[in-house]
Amino acid sequence: MWYYALRRILLAVPIALGVSVICFALVYLAPGDPLQSLIPAEAKPEDVEQIRRLYGFDKPVPVQYLIWLKRAVSGDLGVSLQTARPVLLEVMNALSNTIIISAGAVLVAFTLAFVMGTVAAYHIGRPADRFVTSAAVIGVSIPNYWLGIVLVIIFAVKLGVLPATGMGSKGSTSFSLLDWEQAKYAILPMLTMTLVPLGIIMRTTRSAVADALNQDFVEMLRAKGLGPAAVLRHAIRNALPQVLTVMGLQFGYLVGGSILVETIFTWPGTGFLMSKAILTRDVPLLQGAVLILALNFVAINLLVDLVQTAIDPRIKRT
Amino acid sequence: MFGFEKAHPLRVAGIALAIGISTIAAGSARAETVLRIAMTAADIPDWRGQPDQGFEGNRFVANSLYDPLISWDLSSSDKEVIVRPALANKWSVDPSDTKKWVFELRDDVKFHDGCAWNADAAVWNFERLLSDKHPAFAAFNFARARARTNNIERIEKIDDYKIAIYTKIPESLFYYNMPFLFMLSKCALDKAGNDYNVYAKAPVGSGPYKFASVVLHERLELIKNADYWDKKRIPKHDRVVLLPMPEVTTRVAALLSGQVDFIEAPSPDTIPALNSAGMTIVTNVYPHTWPYLLNNARGPFKDLKVRQAANYAMNRSEMVGLLPGVAVPSNGIFIPTQRWYGKPFQYAYDPKKATALLKEAGCYPCEISIAISTSGSGQMQPLPMNELVKEQLEAVGFKVKFATLDWNSLIDIYFKGQSTFPYDGVNFSSGATDPLSFVKSTMTAYKSPIGSNWGWYSNPEVDELGNAVLSSFDPTVQDELITKIHEAVVRGARNLMIVSDLNPRAMSPKVKGFVQAQSWFQDITQIYIADK
Repeated sequence: MWYYALRRILLAVPIALGVSVICFALVYLAPGDPLQSLIPAEAKPEDVEQIRRLYGFDKPVPVQYLIWLKRAVSGDLGVSLQTARPVLLEVMNALSNTIIISAGAVLVAFTLAFVMGTVAAYHIGRPADRFVTSAAVIGVSIPNYWLGIVLVIIFAVKLGVLPATGMGSKGSTSFSLLDWEQAKYAILPMLTMTLVPLGIIMRTTRSAVADALNQDFVEMLRAKGLGPAAVLRHAIRNALPQVLTVMGLQFGYLVGGSILVETIFTWPGTGFLMSKAILTRDVPLLQGAVLILALNFVAINLLVDLVQTAIDPRIKRT
Repeated sequence: MFGFEKAHPLRVAGIALAIGISTIAAGSARAETVLRIAMTAADIPDWRGQPDQGFEGNRFVANSLYDPLISWDLSSSDKEVIVRPALANKWSVDPSDTKKWVFELRDDVKFHDGCAWNADAAVWNFERLLSDKHPAFAAFNFARARARTNNIERIEKIDDYKIAIYTKIPESLFYYNMPFLFMLSKCALDKAGNDYNVYAKAPVGSGPYKFASVVLHERLELIKNADYWDKKRIPKHDRVVLLPMPEVTTRVAALLSGQVDFIEAPSPDTIPALNSAGMTIVTNVYPHTWPYLLNNARGPFKDLKVRQAANYAMNRSEMVGLLPGVAVPSNGIFIPTQRWYGKPFQYAYDPKKATALLKEAGCYPCEISIAISTSGSGQMQPLPMNELVKEQLEAVGFKVKFATLDWNSLIDIYFKGQSTFPYDGVNFSSGATDPLSFVKSTMTAYKSPIGSNWGWYSNPEVDELGNAVLSSFDPTVQDELITKIHEAVVRGARNLMIVSDLNPRAMSPKVKGFVQAQSWFQDITQIYIADK
């Protein structure tokens, strides 16, 4: 187990390096100059050159990459072009805000989806299954930005029971999940983010548990006289690796934030931060945010792999 | 790092209790009046000197915390906005040396930290914007100010309340740069060790509001400066909260649900809902145009007849109908209430004439490519509006191909000019806020990327008039010459002139006293919050 974990961690290093190359290069493939939003129209060419030099954009792109990578390894992702503040701090602050709603969404979506998916699998072809299948289709089909707007209209504008936007009456620094007056700001964005993973995990769970229930070992268990609950427990354990993989991917997506959902709710998370970085061509911020989120994704997948191995020892032999 | 680290989200109940106690304590005093504004900006405009986020940064942040030497008179909604004295009482050019401008400074101003405003403070401020050797130099301030400082040679203190600014070349409209350059407290920067990230925690200007607090990317809170030197502009509310809210649906929902009191730029389709909810909608003309800047140097629009044909093809009333209540037809670069508008030629809708001109020019059908954006500051509703322009142009014989880009890519194209990009035009909203920028944008000497003459418009008559303006120090003569330039540029169909924005704003019925000036900038100090 430990050897397997070490091997997976070492394998993550070249992946991380590849991610760093891609996320550095990607922002240069987009049209536009990163300094254009800083330089006014009437700045003279010599002024433009001076500004380019001051921000370090006068060097060739590969050189810029090596400088950036050297700094990144030591935790310095540079400073934002727009705010002149450290990128690492900007991203970590945003990430902590995104985690608040994504953790809530994970908790709700994963629990509901797993329970409902299992119920559907156990009652396959019956009304409960049809209800769950329909709910899953709706979940994956409704665009979350549309749902967000509808929830705002109903709960904030019409009913006036929940706030429409922001992260508390004093912003994220005063936010507390223990204080209802602040916590209520997280409810609508969290519900909006719940929908897609709910649908996807529900379908996956249903299919995985149903497959497991159709396998020979289940017949064997029944023949040995095990009750329905015990049989289901065995089937779930067999289905779990597949469900966990999807949950890991969904968790990665949720932690990456949603540009649309966070923009609609003005939730200062990673999606909102990246949207601003894209709109202002804030290259260091964009590169830093993509790198951290990609590494986060790699780490979550690594964790899922390790958990899967712990649950199902057959995996490490493959 | 720089001290804005946020606390753990799951903070202890004790903090909630402390907030509760402080709220109760605050409630026992006179109720504080708070104005909450939802901006279109994606982030809080930079509050450490020269703002970012376009003119919204000047409008809400820089003009609130700081003062420039010369500012805008925003006190009226029914006349054009002109410059007025701010930290400088008077300014004049030295008749014997037209490269020397003398500014007489107010002697009754103190920064919010009590430090004095005087010639030393002024010289220090200009030098920090000009020289990268200055201890308080910052690249972001330099970059944002450069278009307004690049003609400054040096600064000189004449006496305690008088400075001279020497320009590299004579420029009669030089003083129009001043409203864009903001004065900071040297004491505050000294205290911060000239580190702008430290200064950001306690920025100090001399403006009508003082800094109160900031939550990065979320809210900037300013409080009334009761000792403001301009007694007429002491804020009539205690606190203003500035919230970036780039999504229009969110701004409208926030206003309707009572989370904010004042929103920028509701979209036309949301105005009926806002009206029916009892919100106040305010609009006014201002120096904004939504044109196509045409490539005058190459391609079909090099030919005057093709440029004229495009202008005759425009059914501007139909476009206004698409944007009910938030746009008016545009027939110029200035707007009619500006003194330099004059009597420009009117390109009335005449599709037959447009077709005839295209045939005369030998460009029928006339294939053109236009760079447009999906959104952007001042770009109004770019996608449906551009679809309508395309329909109208194609009805007379054009074949229009759009290159649809994000806003920053379009800015890139605008700044670099037509020579670098294969487009015959670019849909780039413009604001002729000051005559200096306008004059330069029409002159051959200021062709992009040196200046903002994107399409390399070149007209010897206009160049001559432009040089005459920049070397004439008689305001009456200047106005006459600028008017002639405007008329010539419209006659020469430099742009495809389409519509001007009316800049809608929506506010809660309890928001009173707002006067929407004919400007990109606005004075929010006179707003008061009524009980009902």
